[in-house]
Amino acid sequence: MFPPIPNPSTTQTAARLSEKDLIRRSASTVPAPEKQPTEVAKLIDVSKCIGCKACQTACIEWNDTHPEVGVFAGAFENPPDLTPDMFTLMRYSEWDNPETNELEWLIRKDGCMHCADPGCLKACPAPGAIVQYSNGIVDFVHENCIGCGYCIKGCPFNIPRISKVDHTAYKCTLCSDRVAVGQGPACAKACPTQAIVFGTKEEMKQHADGRIKDLKSRGFVNAGLYDPPGVGGTHVMYVLHHADKPEIYSGLPKDPKISPLVEAWKGVTKYAGLTVLGVAAGVGLLHHLIMGPNRVTEADEEHAEQLTEGDSHGRR
Amino acid sequence: MAGDDLKPNEQVHPGKPVIVDRYTVGARINHWITAASLVLLALSGLAMFHPSLFFLSGLFGGGQFTRFIHPWIGVVLFFSFLGLFLRFWKANLWRREDGTWLGRFRDVLANHEDNVPEVGKYNAGQKLVFWSMSVLIVILISSGLVAWDQYFSQYTTIDQKRVAILVHSIAAVAIIGVWIVHFYSAIWVRGTIPAMTRGRVTGGWAWRHHRKWLRELVTKSSKETGSSGSKPAE
Repeated sequence: MFPPIPNPSTTQTAARLSEKDLIRRSASTVPAPEKQPTEVAKLIDVSKCIGCKACQTACIEWNDTHPEVGVFAGAFENPPDLTPDMFTLMRYSEWDNPETNELEWLIRKDGCMHCADPGCLKACPAPGAIVQYSNGIVDFVHENCIGCGYCIKGCPFNIPRISKVDHTAYKCTLCSDRVAVGQGPACAKACPTQAIVFGTKEEMKQHADGRIKDLKSRGFVNAGLYDPPGVGGTHVMYVLHHADKPEIYSGLPKDPKISPLVEAWKGVTKYAGLTVLGVAAGVGLLHHLIMGPNRVTEADEEHAEQLTEGDSHGRR
Repeated sequence: MAGDDLKPNEQVHPGKPVIVDRYTVGARINHWITAASLVLLALSGLAMFHPSLFFLSGLFGGGQFTRFIHPWIGVVLFFSFLGLFLRFWKANLWRREDGTWLGRFRDVLANHEDNVPEVGKYNAGQKLVFWSMSVLIVILISSGLVAWDQYFSQYTTIDQKRVAILVHSIAAVAIIGVWIVHFYSAIWVRGTIPAMTRGRVTGGWAWRHHRKWLRELVTKSSKETGSSGSKPAE
């Protein structure tokens, strides 16, 4: 068992995360943080999850969101998808294991993975609307968000949702406000089986190792850690009993990375585009300086007069 | 074939200088609505295209309003340009002399227009601007609708939206480039701007740049007043 994060003290604690701890800021640059980053991570052990949705409830409570009362859609998911008011969602899938011929009920807590190389941040056009702290948390800053939805296109995990109320994007914050004062995320606090644990990324990897050994000893030979290198690793990781097939867990991508379309859009198109336009304007200016204007001459006007007069006076 | 692209409003007024009507009031209003939309779209679009141009969103009252208004201006532009298209497409059909004109583009750039064939209401360069604008606007409105999350997010997949936004930004760069050509030509070729402001040009301008068009107009007006014996003597 991983030691739970102690309850907060009653004395006031200064926030340990501020603007000075940013390592990335959308559509802008930040100076290197003064403090040495200690990366944090949330580890979700799928094999220990009982699907109780306590994490969802704790998330709603802590973030004070108000998801609308939904309708039964024929599945355990409630609501059926992530929404601007539901930052995390238990996803349930029934998988027929072809090796054992047994039905396995796979439950995965979906939500922001807090990528080390965040596609949302790369796609964001609004300065400071998406930030990444030195501890790895990727956060949305709503007063800077313009609601364009570019983060949705950038995200390899289909996580951000745009609110129809205030037209800004929402997702899991990894409870950055709780982490800032030394607490763990609300979902981890609420989890009754310690399927969700929180600590430094190194601690979480070590803890995962123990869990994976245990799973392997019990016949899950493909048990492993989901910390996809395609996005530089994530600060939300999974222990999966079938780590060779992440897609069976309600479509967890096998090798997520920022789409090459997004890379092209935010890379070469951005720079080449402005260069092309600058060159076009420059060529025009240069042409005008060298060739000068194309002016109508007196002779041209006379030709036109002859043409029309010849016409109206019956001469020529 | 000759005179196919003439409009009833295009008239030659003899005098010193000769005045030629080129655009009706309707066409001019239509043009300037399109022009204003295109400029506003370029400014608001560039704000969301490159971080160093995000400050342009200040012209629209901030990022949220820029994001909101950009697609609506796009709708205005689409319908406004549709009006221009219906007015001008016929005069922009490709003709035999256009290839020759384009082949001697060097002379055009060097202000040696006497070496290029006489052209009708539009030269090959203007026609290329017209058709690239037409094609790019269709590409921009269709990719723009896919990226218009507020109303259309549920109709496409995320991957389709990624393709759409990439196509949209490339087409936007292209259309701004075409606009630079259009805008620069209007300045470089002096006497062009009054065509779209007051609706008329001087006979000398028409003689110099669109001689075939001027000849056709003169022939047309002589036919219209032909009964008064104004035909050439022999």
